[in-house]
Formats: sequence, C-alpha cells, structure tokens
Amino acid sequence: MELLNHLALGFSVALTPINLLYALIGSLLGTLIGVLPGIGPVATIAMLLPTTYALQPVSALIMLAGIYYGAQYGGSTTSILINMPGETSSAVTCLDGHQMARQGEAGAALATAALASFFAGCVATVFIAAVSVPLSELALKFGPAEYFSLMVLGLIGAVVLAHGSLIKAIAMIILGLLLGIVGTDVNSGVARFDFGIPELTDGIGVVSVAMGLFGFAEIITNLESQETRERLSSKVKGLWISKAQFKAAWPAVLRGTGLGSFLGLLPGGGAMLASFASYAVEKKVAKDPSRFGKGAIEGVAGPEAANNAGAQTSFIPLLTLGIPENAVMAMMVGAMTIHNIQPGPQVMTSNPGLFWGLIASMWVGNLMLVVLNLPLIGIWIKLLTVPYRILYPAILLFCAIGVYTISNASFDVMQTAAFGFLGVLFLKLECEPAPLLLGFVLGPMMEENLRRAMLLSRGDPTVFVTRPLSAVMLAAAVLLIVVIALPNIRRKREEAFQEE
Amino acid sequence: MVRIRNPKDFWAGVLFALVGTAAIVLGSRYNLGTAARMGPGYFPRILGMLLIALGGIIALRALRVDGPAIPRWRWWSTAVVLGSVVLFGLIVNTVGLALSTVILIVLASSASSEFRWKEALISGVFLAALAVGVFIIGLKLQLPIWPTFHHG
Repeated sequence: MELLNHLALGFSVALTPINLLYALIGSLLGTLIGVLPGIGPVATIAMLLPTTYALQPVSALIMLAGIYYGAQYGGSTTSILINMPGETSSAVTCLDGHQMARQGEAGAALATAALASFFAGCVATVFIAAVSVPLSELALKFGPAEYFSLMVLGLIGAVVLAHGSLIKAIAMIILGLLLGIVGTDVNSGVARFDFGIPELTDGIGVVSVAMGLFGFAEIITNLESQETRERLSSKVKGLWISKAQFKAAWPAVLRGTGLGSFLGLLPGGGAMLASFASYAVEKKVAKDPSRFGKGAIEGVAGPEAANNAGAQTSFIPLLTLGIPENAVMAMMVGAMTIHNIQPGPQVMTSNPGLFWGLIASMWVGNLMLVVLNLPLIGIWIKLLTVPYRILYPAILLFCAIGVYTISNASFDVMQTAAFGFLGVLFLKLECEPAPLLLGFVLGPMMEENLRRAMLLSRGDPTVFVTRPLSAVMLAAAVLLIVVIALPNIRRKREEAFQEE
Repeated sequence: MVRIRNPKDFWAGVLFALVGTAAIVLGSRYNLGTAARMGPGYFPRILGMLLIALGGIIALRALRVDGPAIPRWRWWSTAVVLGSVVLFGLIVNTVGLALSTVILIVLASSASSEFRWKEALISGVFLAALAVGVFIIGLKLQLPIWPTFHHG
C-alpha cells in the first residue's frame, strides 16, 4: 500500500524527539493564542517565523502548523466557558456550547469539542494523505498558463467565500500583488519601487506585512473599543459525556468532519467557513431545530469537528499546488520560502520527508492536544483573568523582538509599524486585509508565470483561453464573480455572514 | 449636488486609485518590453490600471449608495503604540534588551485608558527578565542585554 508507506515515512519524521518537541510547542502556543483574544494565528506565525531560521525546515513547519490547529482547540475552550471566541472559527461554538456550560454541562461540552476535533483531525490527516498524490500529479502537468489561471481562480475564490465587499476585496488583492513585486526583478535585475532604500531591493518582508496588518492593527482597534468580559459562569467538573449525549453527538461529528474536510479544500475555505456551514447543516437536519441556541450538543459537536477538519485540509492546496487559500496558508508560503522551499507539486517528490512528516505531525499534534488540553484548561482560564491592558504591551514586545531579529535592523521594525498604520486605515475603511496578504505572497509567482506563458505563446494572450485546463479555471473564476454579483445570492451571502 | 453617501467606500476607492496612479507614474521608469518579452514595467502597469479602474468604480458607487460613516480614529493611541515599537527598534542595539523592554512596555501601556504607572513598570521588569531568558539565553539571539557604548 503506497498510502501506508507514505504515512510510515511521515511518522518516522514526525516521531523524532526534536519534531515531537516542536509539534508540542506549536500546539501549546496555538492553544494559548486561541484562548487569548486580540492575537490570532497569522500574527503569531509572523512573530515566530524569524526564530525558525535556525531550525530544520520540517521542524519549523511542524511548529507553525501546530499553531493553526492548536488555535482551533483553544478558541473553543473560551467559547464554551466564557462565551468569548478566541478565534472567529469558534464563534458558532458560543451559541450552544456556552448555553451548555450555563446549564452545568461545561465538562460535557468541552469533552465533546475536544473529542470531535480529534476525530476530525484523524480523518482529515488520512484525507490529506490520500488526496495529495493525485492532486500533485495533476499539478505537475500544469504549464505556466495553467498556473497563472489557477492563481487567478484561487485568489477570486478566496474573496468570494470571504465576507465583505467583493470589489474592495479584489482591489485589495491587486494592491497585495503590487506590494509583492516590490524589489529586484528576477529577470532584468531592475529594483522596482524601492524608493532608493537599499533594504527594499530584497522586497518587503512577509513578516512585516502580516504582523502590521494582523497584529498591530488589531491591538490598536481593540484599544479603541472598551473591553467587556464575561466572568467564568460555572465550575468545570466531570470532563466526560453521558451515553445519551454521545449518541446525539456522533452523527453530527461525522457530518461536520465530512463537510469541513471538503470546505477546507476550497479557496477561501478553512476553519471559519467550515464551522459556520456545519452549524447551519445541523440546524437543518435536526428534528427539533428550536433546541439550537439553548444548549444542543450537536451544535457543538458538528462545528468543532468541521473547523478542525477544515483547518487541516486547507493545507492540501498549499502542499500540492503551492496556492495558499487563506491568510494562515499565506504565512506558511512565507515560511517555506524562508527555508528555500518553493511551494508546489514538486515538494512531495523532492522533499518527501518534509511533506509526509508535516502531515503525520498533524495527527501527532492532535493527539497531544486532546490529551493535554483538558488538564490544562485551568491554566488557560487563569490566563484569561490577565487584563488586556497588561496583555497587549507584552504581545507588542514579542512582535517587536520578532521583527527586529529578522535582520537585526531597525528598518524592519519601522516597516512593520508602517503596515500597522495601514492596517488600522484598512479596518476603518472596511477593507479586509486577508486578500492583500494572499496577493502579496502570490505576486512574484503570478508575474513569473504570466511572463513565461506569454513568452511561450509569442505574445498571444489567447493562450489562457485556448488551453482547455486554463480556460476552465478562468471560466470558473468569472462564473464565481457573476454568481456572487447576482442580487438574491448576494443577499443570502450577507445573511450567512451576519452571525459573525 | 454630489454627496458622498458611503464615506468608507469612497475613500477606499480614492486610496486604491491613488496607489494605482502612483504605480504607473513611478513604474514609467521601468522598461515595458513587449507582450512576448515583458520588461520589469509590464506587470506593474497592468496592476496599476486595474487598481485605478476598481478604485474608480468603488468611489463612484459610493456616491449613489448609502453606507456607514468612518468610525472615529483615536490618533493618539495609534501613534503611541506604533511609536513605542519603532523606538524599541531604534534603541535596542545600544540600550540593550532589558531597558528597551521596560521602555516599550511602559510607553505602550500608556495608550490604554486604564493606564497605571506602577503596574506597567512591574510588568515591564517581569517581561524584561522573561525576554532576556527566552531570546538571549534560550534562543541565543545576538542582542546586548545591557547598554553598550560604541566608539567611532
């Protein structure tokens, strides 16, 4: 069995002591920031990227991936206990999870969330392993025209499924692409848009962009709104679920896992979309939908399984096609680039240990999380009693040290602060920063593939529509825009995102 | 009379169009090349034109459809938060990690409406010790702990 051989190789990498340690650090840090408000996985990965320079690439990626799925576990803990989602992807867990906690069922809700997440994590790991080989074989057949069209589709898909104004999101992508090509042009050696600043000839650092837009801007806007925090409503006791609860929960877990695994694959998908969709599905299939919002265990089990499955399968497009589908995956592209790994279908063949090791580590990390998370809940709750006025300067400090150590120069710090300012401006103008980050990491790749495709076609732009695969992908991108622009679908989409 | 009905979208559109214009103007120095052999100026030119077009549509639409006002911006807290980080970047190599940490923490804390001197100082000293422990002793980053005086 080829699949088993691959997984065996993966586990032989993931189970080395050093990689176990980094999986543990990543998962714990992820849980921590999942619990804490005001800092998400994107900013955390940006903060830690510079410290991974010295590590083996596989260890670095294992740790950074752990942050993403660890955050899903942490986010659900605070959603259930204090009705405050640490991450947007666990926002729906508040609806029924916190109600369960109020009815004295906090232990059952937490256990359901953890076990559902773990189950989904296991299934998603196998799913990734099974889907990756055929997908990357397909991608290896892609020429530059197909690649260019795939990136267009990926970027458009990412904004269609995200919330907010579609046209503004597309403008943000283009702004990101433009920022992405700042620096020396690989073909001509010309330094573009460097404003005579020598540091800019190497391009703008992904850490600065992500930390400024996602870290600093978030802190500044949080400071403007007064914090209100609900106290822990009940003591956590008996972290187990009854037979009746188990019976009610498991079909929801299965549905959530399936839905999440699939939605994670789509551009723009990932944890958040998966959990919202799963909640809607559970409400639809329930015999008595009125129980939802009053402590229905399916409302916890489904979305929790879905967000974890979605978080993991969103690695598939990145690992097999080299296309990041959300902001966290954009950071993973940054991490791979720093370690001189060009993301794309060739990673699996040129770097099998890294590829399968990363996948196997997700299962290992999930196991660690389910074992460690429940006993550690007391500590996470204690941490939440630290007021924000003490927390945010500490976050700023770690960010500042992180950026400074990229090249031991104050330029990076100033650049990050500039993006922090831009980030606040974007939030005020209601422009989503995630599309910008996606465009930013794809900018150079997109230009390179456009150039190559046009060179091969001798300047004939019809190459993008005469090659069948490329044409299909471009058509799909156009179709997505048209469909979303239709009035009644737009209304539905707005309703769907209303609950956020 | 033309009235801005959706200020958020209007100014976002203007911003996009301005950046697009800047990309074209600044990018005019770079060789365009041909469609088959694109020079360094080709892709930025396309992006600039797209950005101007999209920005224009967004801004014009904001004149017809109503939207919410831009929320108030507390410039001071933005300046203090970003300023504390920039200051840290400027002084850490001469003043050392310990002192610059305390300075960053106290300064950044002052952006909060619930700022307390004593609390910020204690937190600063605690975090300075933690930062030195994690980053210099643990991760072995090349940063001075205490002030150094460079000559020449």
